[in-house]
Amino acid sequence: MSRLKRLGRMPRLVLVVWWLHLRMLAVSAFGGLMQIVWPLIFATSALLMFRVTADEQVLIYATLGAAAMGIWSAMATTASNMLQAQRWAGTLELIVVAPTPLAVILLPIALAMATVGMASMGATLLWAGLVFGITVPVASPVEFVLSLVVTVIAMALLGFLLSVAVVRYRTAWALGNVLEFPGWLLCGFLVPLTLLPGWVTPISYLLAPTWGMAAIRESAAGGDPWRALLFCAGLGLAYAAIGGLISEAVLNSARRHATVSLT
Amino acid sequence: MSVVEVTGLRRIYETSTGVLRRRHRTIEAVHDVSFSVERGELFGLLGPNGAGKTTTIKILITLLLPTAGTARVLGIDVAKDPRAVRQRVGYVFGGDRGLYERLSAWDNLRYFAELYGVEPERQRARIQELLEMVGLTGRERERVEGFSRGMRQRLHIARGLLHDPEVLFLDEPTIGIDPVGARALRGTIATLATAGKTIVLTTHYMFEADELCGQIAVIDKGAIVARGTPADLKSLVTEGNVVEIELYGAPERVAADARRLDGVQSATLEERGHVQVLVVQSATDVDITPAVLACLHGARLGRISSREPTLEDAYVALVSGTCPD
Repeated sequence: MSRLKRLGRMPRLVLVVWWLHLRMLAVSAFGGLMQIVWPLIFATSALLMFRVTADEQVLIYATLGAAAMGIWSAMATTASNMLQAQRWAGTLELIVVAPTPLAVILLPIALAMATVGMASMGATLLWAGLVFGITVPVASPVEFVLSLVVTVIAMALLGFLLSVAVVRYRTAWALGNVLEFPGWLLCGFLVPLTLLPGWVTPISYLLAPTWGMAAIRESAAGGDPWRALLFCAGLGLAYAAIGGLISEAVLNSARRHATVSLT
Repeated sequence: MSVVEVTGLRRIYETSTGVLRRRHRTIEAVHDVSFSVERGELFGLLGPNGAGKTTTIKILITLLLPTAGTARVLGIDVAKDPRAVRQRVGYVFGGDRGLYERLSAWDNLRYFAELYGVEPERQRARIQELLEMVGLTGRERERVEGFSRGMRQRLHIARGLLHDPEVLFLDEPTIGIDPVGARALRGTIATLATAGKTIVLTTHYMFEADELCGQIAVIDKGAIVARGTPADLKSLVTEGNVVEIELYGAPERVAADARRLDGVQSATLEERGHVQVLVVQSATDVDITPAVLACLHGARLGRISSREPTLEDAYVALVSGTCPD
């Protein structure tokens, strides 16, 4: 198959892999429910805390942050755990020995995770409205939706970068678990970055969700989301480029150190 | 040109244990292995668990890099151009793993058809053709989690053939399958060989290799200890007589003591369920039974039987290092 033909088939491949992985996630009613319920529990805790201020702007701030937390959790923890599950199931070996570049297979897997995260985000916004009576006013709906989409894709690309590490290191899935809660703080989902120590700021700025969250808030408030959106998209592309560039080297290292399979 | 050419292959694994005081260990899983497989041949790589069969296969399918030596498939170096190798080989391993449980058989095949570059317009027909070949037509819309081990294994074979590979690597494909299922699977493998596929099969069942393979290499402790046709290997032990003595509570040294007796060519003590069986091979003109019975170290005696040597005896003798020269 020519290189051009292979490239032409990529969109279909990404679509099929994304769809089938999404179906795998959706087919388990319990698992799917947990993806929705779990973020709702954290959102509820956050909203109960912030409610004591009785400041509507603060509650909207917390609602948007709580909604983004669901996607982050899906990306940080579930993406890396899912790759580990593939290692246990023996399917990781088959993905690795497929002629398709590894990065092209991992990317739609991460996108499937992000799609689940989107659902949890919607559920959180709905929950905030129904249970806490918080309605998020969206001043610029087009920019708001665009910010959401770009943020989700950027988070998926971060998940993709993490999943490359999971292929090389058998215990790298734990990295996802470790990142979950610090990510909520570092990305400014619930607490403004200005309240965090100064040395944290550069780390936050390297995380695309920080910029994505800022763009979502700006567009909801009618501000200018474009600068933040640009940084979010730029960082997402950088994650994709790094993941794509290192994936073959990482795979060779995994072949050298025999870490792809369990046996 | 041989389809598979392996020369001086070595693979070392490095492991470490401990937390504060890390202890590093190296294990040589494959040591100076060389063999070749010709086009259309069904080549068997035989050996006990941990002999190095799977490591060799994993190097050939580009899942592992060799520590030293070279391995070429269809003239392509597996270390230097793995993607070119992947496009032209299929890989099937035994056991429950390697399938997406929550997807149907059809979706599993559709997924891998995409990954293995099967043309979109050919996918449907190819999947149907393969499902029919492995006898899963009518079950394709069921989720794999409800499949028996035999059905999963057949689905594995279909998956491995999706992109019509020139070379097929089968790593213990019948492991854990009931005798009827295993026989059906061997039938499928034989059909593929008849159709001209080059197949490399690993197994630790001698009868399976005998039934299917044209050439066999016996691998033990990472090194090839014998190779040839099944008839060649049988000829290593066709001379003589085999006595099987059922024992209960026999110490390990019984086999070693039997080996020291005059006229004994090889002796092994095997566990077969609740009974131990001392298998002693001797020259045809010597009756070694009385001498062997005299060195059982008080073990309780069961049945005694005598038979001609089989290929399995050759295999056991080779991997236990008791093969007559």
